[in-house]
Amino acid sequence: MTILFIAEHDNHKLKAGMLNAVSVASKLANLTGQELHLLVAGHQAQSVANEAAQIAGVAKVLLADAVQLADGLAENVSTTALKIAASYSHIVLLASAYGKNIAPRIAAKLDVAQISEVIAVLDADTFERPIYAGNAIATVHSNDSIKVLTVRGTAFDAVAVQSQNAPIETLEAAPDQGLSQFIGRELTELERPELTAAKVVVAGGRGLGSAENYTKLLEPLANKLGAALGASRAAVDAGFVPNDYQVGQTGKIVAPQLYLAVGISGAIQHLAGMKDAKVIVAINQDPDAPIFDVADYGLVGDLFELVPELVAELP
Amino acid sequence: MKVLVAVKRVVDYNVKVRIKPDHTGVDTAHVKMSMNPFDEIAVEEAVRLKEAGLVTEIIAVSCGVALCQETLRSALAIGADRAILVETNAELQPLAVAKILQALVTKEAPQLIILGKQAIDDDANQTGQMLAALADLPQATFVSKVNIVDGRAQITREIDGGIEMLSLTLPAVITTDLRLNEPRYVTLPSIMKAKKKPLEIISPDALGVDVTPRLKTLKVAEPAPRSAGIKVPDVKTLVDKLKNEAKVL
Repeated sequence: MTILFIAEHDNHKLKAGMLNAVSVASKLANLTGQELHLLVAGHQAQSVANEAAQIAGVAKVLLADAVQLADGLAENVSTTALKIAASYSHIVLLASAYGKNIAPRIAAKLDVAQISEVIAVLDADTFERPIYAGNAIATVHSNDSIKVLTVRGTAFDAVAVQSQNAPIETLEAAPDQGLSQFIGRELTELERPELTAAKVVVAGGRGLGSAENYTKLLEPLANKLGAALGASRAAVDAGFVPNDYQVGQTGKIVAPQLYLAVGISGAIQHLAGMKDAKVIVAINQDPDAPIFDVADYGLVGDLFELVPELVAELP
Repeated sequence: MKVLVAVKRVVDYNVKVRIKPDHTGVDTAHVKMSMNPFDEIAVEEAVRLKEAGLVTEIIAVSCGVALCQETLRSALAIGADRAILVETNAELQPLAVAKILQALVTKEAPQLIILGKQAIDDDANQTGQMLAALADLPQATFVSKVNIVDGRAQITREIDGGIEMLSLTLPAVITTDLRLNEPRYVTLPSIMKAKKKPLEIISPDALGVDVTPRLKTLKVAEPAPRSAGIKVPDVKTLVDKLKNEAKVL
C-alpha cells in the first residue's frame, strides 16, 4: 500500500500551500515505510507534473490529462482518482475549496470516513483536527482500510523542492460524467502574496467604516510590510472587500508570522481563522474588544490616526 | 419540483463551548441548541424557490435524537411543508447521515437536495459531497447563488480566490455558503402553523442504513491556550517590540 496525494493546480502551477500539505503525506510515507505518489488531474498540465516531480519525497507522479479534467469538477476528478484509489492506504488533499469539494466524494465511494482539516498526524491511523470553530481539538482514530484526509496547510512546514526528478506516468482519465458543466470563473486580481501563504497579514474589520477607508488605510501598511490583505466577516458583509479576503471559520485559515488586526473586534468566528499566527497585533479603540485577549501587542486608540502613524514609523 | 433540505441540531453559534473534564467530548447538556446556521440558509433558499413558483413541495429532514423535532419545527416555521426525523441515539458521522439521506432521496425522488456546507460543531464539510457521490448526482458546494433554468441548476460557488459558475443536471445536490441569502425571521403565526404540519418519525433500520461510527474519538481537548499579551502605549513602542522582542519585522 502507498500514499496518494491529489495535487491542486491551475493547469500551469501547483497551488501555494501544496508543499505544506505534501509534507503530511510525506510524513505518513515515512511512518509506514511506503511510497508517496502524487496525482495531477488536469488538462495540458505537463508543467504541473514536472513541478510535482521535483518535490522531495515524491516517488512517482501520475498525470491524468484530459479535457474533462480541465476545471477540477468534483465528479470527474473523483472518478479518475477512484480508478486507482483502492490500491492506496491514505489519500490526502489540501483542505482548500478544491480539496474539500473532492475528498468526501472519494471517501463515500470507497465507503470510508473522511477526516477533515487534519492539523497533526499522531500515527498512520490517528489524527488531530479542530472542531467547534477551533475551540476544541479532537483526536480521532480510523479503522478504515483507506484513510481519506484533507490537511490544513498552515499547520505544517513546507517540504523542499529538489532538482532530481521522480518518474511521471500517465493515468487514463475516467470518461466525462456529464453531470455538471463548467461555465466560468472570476478571480480577484491580487498583486500581493496569497492570503494563506503570506508571512504577514494585515486584516481590517468593521471599524474601518468603508471600502474607501479600507483601501486608503490598509494598502500603504500592507505595501510597507509586503503583506497580504485580509478582512473579518463584518467587513466582507459590509462590502468593503470581496469575500475571498475573509479570514475565519467560514473563510480562510491563516497562520502567518505576523497578523495585524485593525478595527476587528475578534468574534469566535474570526479567531478560528487566525489564532495560530505567531504574533498578533490588534489596533482597536475598544479596550474591552475580545481581540485583545489573544493579541500579543495591543494598541488602544483611533485607527485613523494610529495606522498612518505606524506606516510612517515602519522602516 | 420537490426539494429535500437536511437540517442539523447543533450547539448555538453564540455559545462558548466547554470541554468535558474527562475529555470525551464537548458538554452539550443544558446548553442552548439551535438549527445549524448554514442549514437555515438552505431552508430559506428552498422556501424562496417555492415562492418563485419553481418548487411545489419542501421536505425537511433531520437525523438524530428525539429533540431534533424542534429543529424540524423551525424548518416548518420558515416554510417547509413536511418533515422527516430519522431518529436514533447513536453518534452520527457524515457518512452515516449521507447514507440515510441517500435512502430518503431514493424514496422521495426530489429534484434538488439542499444542505448547509458544514455543521458548526463537527466542522466536517462532507455530508453533501458524500450524498452526491452515493446517489451519483452532480454537486455544487459553497453555493452563493442558485438559478433554476430549463431543467438545470445554474449556480455560483465560492472558491479560493473568487467565484465560479457551474451548470448541473437535475436532480442535484447543493450546499450553501453564508452569502446565499439572509434567512427570514419567523413570525408567531408561522410557528403556530408549523405545529400542525406533518412530521414523520422513522428509524435508520427502517431505511436499511447501518449508522455505526467509523471514526473513534479518542480525546477532545482544549486548544493550546493563547494568552493575552501586553497593551503598548504608542506606535513607537509597538514597532520597537515587533523588531526587538518578537523579531517579526
